[in-house]
Amino acid sequence: MTFDRRHFLQTSLGSAAALGASGLMPAWARPASMGNLGLPALTGTDFDLTVSQFPIRIDGRDTLATGVNGTVPAPLIRFREDTPIRLNVRNDLDVDTSIHWHGLLVPFHMDGVPGVSFPGIKPRSSFTYEFSTPQNGTYWYHSHSGLQEQVGHYGPLIIDPKGSDPVAYDREYVLMLGDWTFTDPHRIFDKLKKNAESLNFNQPTIGNPKGLTGMWGAMRMSPNDLADVTGETYTYVINGHSTADNFNMVFRPGERVRLRIINAAAMTLFNVRMPGLPMTVVQADGLNVRPIETDEFQIGVAETYDVIVQPTESQPFAFVAESIDRSGQVVATLGPRPGMRAAEPRLRPVPVLTMKDMGMDHSSMAGMSGMDHASMSGRTASMAGHAAMGHGPDPHGAPVQLPRVEANLERGPGVVNIAAMPMSRLDEPGIGLEDVPHRTLTYADLRSLEPNPDTRAPAREVVVHLTSNMERYMWSFDGVKFSEITAPITFMEGERVRLTLVNNTMMPHPIHLHGMFFDLVNGGGDHMPRKHTVVVKPGEKLSADISAEHVGDWAFHCHLIYHMHAGMMQVVTVQPNPLIERKDRIDAALARPDAETAP
Amino acid sequence: MIRRVAWAGATVLSAFVLLFPLTASAQSSENPDDGKPWSMADRYWGEEAMAEAREEVMAANGDLNTYMVMFDRLEWQDTGGDGTLLWDFQGWYGGDIDKLFIKSEGEVSLEDDEIEDAEVQALWSRAVAPFWDVQAGLRYDLEPKGRTHAVLGLQGLAPYWFEVDAAAFLSTDGDLSARIEAEYELRFSQRLVLQPRIEANLSARDIPELGIGSGLTGIEPGVRLQYEIRRTFAPYIGVEWQKQFGDTADFTRASDEDSDKIVGVVGLRTWF
Repeated sequence: MTFDRRHFLQTSLGSAAALGASGLMPAWARPASMGNLGLPALTGTDFDLTVSQFPIRIDGRDTLATGVNGTVPAPLIRFREDTPIRLNVRNDLDVDTSIHWHGLLVPFHMDGVPGVSFPGIKPRSSFTYEFSTPQNGTYWYHSHSGLQEQVGHYGPLIIDPKGSDPVAYDREYVLMLGDWTFTDPHRIFDKLKKNAESLNFNQPTIGNPKGLTGMWGAMRMSPNDLADVTGETYTYVINGHSTADNFNMVFRPGERVRLRIINAAAMTLFNVRMPGLPMTVVQADGLNVRPIETDEFQIGVAETYDVIVQPTESQPFAFVAESIDRSGQVVATLGPRPGMRAAEPRLRPVPVLTMKDMGMDHSSMAGMSGMDHASMSGRTASMAGHAAMGHGPDPHGAPVQLPRVEANLERGPGVVNIAAMPMSRLDEPGIGLEDVPHRTLTYADLRSLEPNPDTRAPAREVVVHLTSNMERYMWSFDGVKFSEITAPITFMEGERVRLTLVNNTMMPHPIHLHGMFFDLVNGGGDHMPRKHTVVVKPGEKLSADISAEHVGDWAFHCHLIYHMHAGMMQVVTVQPNPLIERKDRIDAALARPDAETAP
Repeated sequence: MIRRVAWAGATVLSAFVLLFPLTASAQSSENPDDGKPWSMADRYWGEEAMAEAREEVMAANGDLNTYMVMFDRLEWQDTGGDGTLLWDFQGWYGGDIDKLFIKSEGEVSLEDDEIEDAEVQALWSRAVAPFWDVQAGLRYDLEPKGRTHAVLGLQGLAPYWFEVDAAAFLSTDGDLSARIEAEYELRFSQRLVLQPRIEANLSARDIPELGIGSGLTGIEPGVRLQYEIRRTFAPYIGVEWQKQFGDTADFTRASDEDSDKIVGVVGLRTWF
């Protein structure tokens, strides 16, 4: 398939006249009522992207966006697996920008994180990204500079497989979930710093006093703290469309429709469901999974899920993305005709956190004697005693005895809570979905379609604690903010390492590691799901095995943008292993610093 | 009267502005050149360009200074006649651990057209525990004029969500006093908030020229019912009991004033 440059530009820039008051948007993000009958099958190798600030209209209100090629979301970038591509990015802003290719295995200096993998793209200058990817699937791209992602600097990216696609479908759509704000994101962050609860309009009251008294009051933690920034501030959108704007899609009864769902929100985890229509999940974070039918799933920020739906009745179906704290939602429509509008379901009752979310659920200790008590004494690299107890926090995984690296964690201004009994919550669908009267998806359900490429057992374990003080709006790994980092987390090229994440906070965190996949230790054997972003639930301890293949410095952070902005970020450095032979000249030079000057 | 209020306001403001750059520089931390936390990209893009970008990205993700300006109470008290105006202000600037605090409280009698009490404090505030800051600095009394105090205090959030601000003051005359304030927010709804509040003052010895006796000099428990039009803008009405004890009460009575009264209040709580 050849790439038609003119077609791409039309697709990306759209036609302002045709769209009128509903704002600029690329063809893939237009509703069916504006001619979008499914994704164009474009493949390209050369893309021109311009980052600028421009006016748009969302939910009937005029606003300013920072984004790519004048649209929110940005153009769909689609190319073929293993094909060398060039992306020329021009910065027309007055500030630096960048583009990070989320989930793509690219050389680290093309990863697009200012200060980690490159210097960033200065105002009025250009940068060319060049790479080919050894993977296919649904991904996305976004700014890694400032808070630009919050104001529209994100777009979808599809890599078509070089062979045949194991997923059969007749029609496809991309659904990019977002949380738009008409407030300057820096003001939002400042507000959180001044009074972290001030954007939450579900605080304990006299009529609903849980949180004021008992353990919650004593620890000054709120069971209603489900989201830092809520529907009071955000307008939830799908492809830039609010519920009123009605992003609508079409199907012919009996067709298999592939929905590529990407959570591009800055701060919002969504519950996704299509009342009356089962969804078959076929891909997670760009990698195919064994098809699994479900009725609802929770999608963390930066995660992607591809689902197949096959409506047979000629009626409109609602696609509902509900904010995890149920302070708002956005509804799109999949209908037999363009322009239809499905009925919007009412917001469901707001869930309340439990002691389990604090990492101290004593009740579920029954029958788990000898469980990990997460002693935090000293940075150790020894055979850790409690990991050796076998049936630790992960009831699915095989007993492991690994040398462990773990920080010495203490309470302090930035660390309110150290989870006394963190545990596996992989078999839970996510906060608020425990009791819904239909099927839900859990991480424990996911199995890779292909056998895992690397089935070695990990040789050591690195433990990272997710830490916070909500009152001060401080967020960090191991109690150390990114601004205070003195040393990165070190992996050795070629090693298989287990990364264990312990969530000591009351919030689910979508944790993203650049340049590598998490092989989620969920009992999947040699079919573990491989993810670029993994949601760690409150009070949860989970593990992922990682093959450190790509030498470089890689960003590692919470994908809730204000948590990252507050310091919940680190760098994982994969150090070159001199024992590994490399064809790549630059990698070789990294391994032997004198190689550059040698004759 | 207006002039004196304006002057008090200007003093608070100028102290804030003067100390601004001080804390700003105190907050910015530099990474020593020798200890680059990571540097692999230097090879591709140059050491200098990466050093600058690295410093920026680190500062932008964790080392951010914020400010806050809050009038906890800006109220009229029905103390008889034209009543009394009261302000209770806190402002801060800084990072997560170290902040500069400016606090000011005062009362203007509209009946007598004069400032009865006014003070301003400049404090260095350091987070020492999850919910507590230790604060140290100076307090200057604008009315009665001239006293300067060293201040050592503790401000934070006690278990069960009580906001506490406690401070000890040692004046240049050697007088030791203390003030403890505690507030609570009880929500009837997401907008309607009942705020019980108590303030207690103590003095180590008699200070007759200020009308203060030793021991517990007085307490001021009160409740204020706020309506948050926005979270940052809440008008309120309330009632406060102003009760003095011991020699302080005697001094007050001697000057023909009431040492035990209940007053209604109308005011505004606002922050930005």
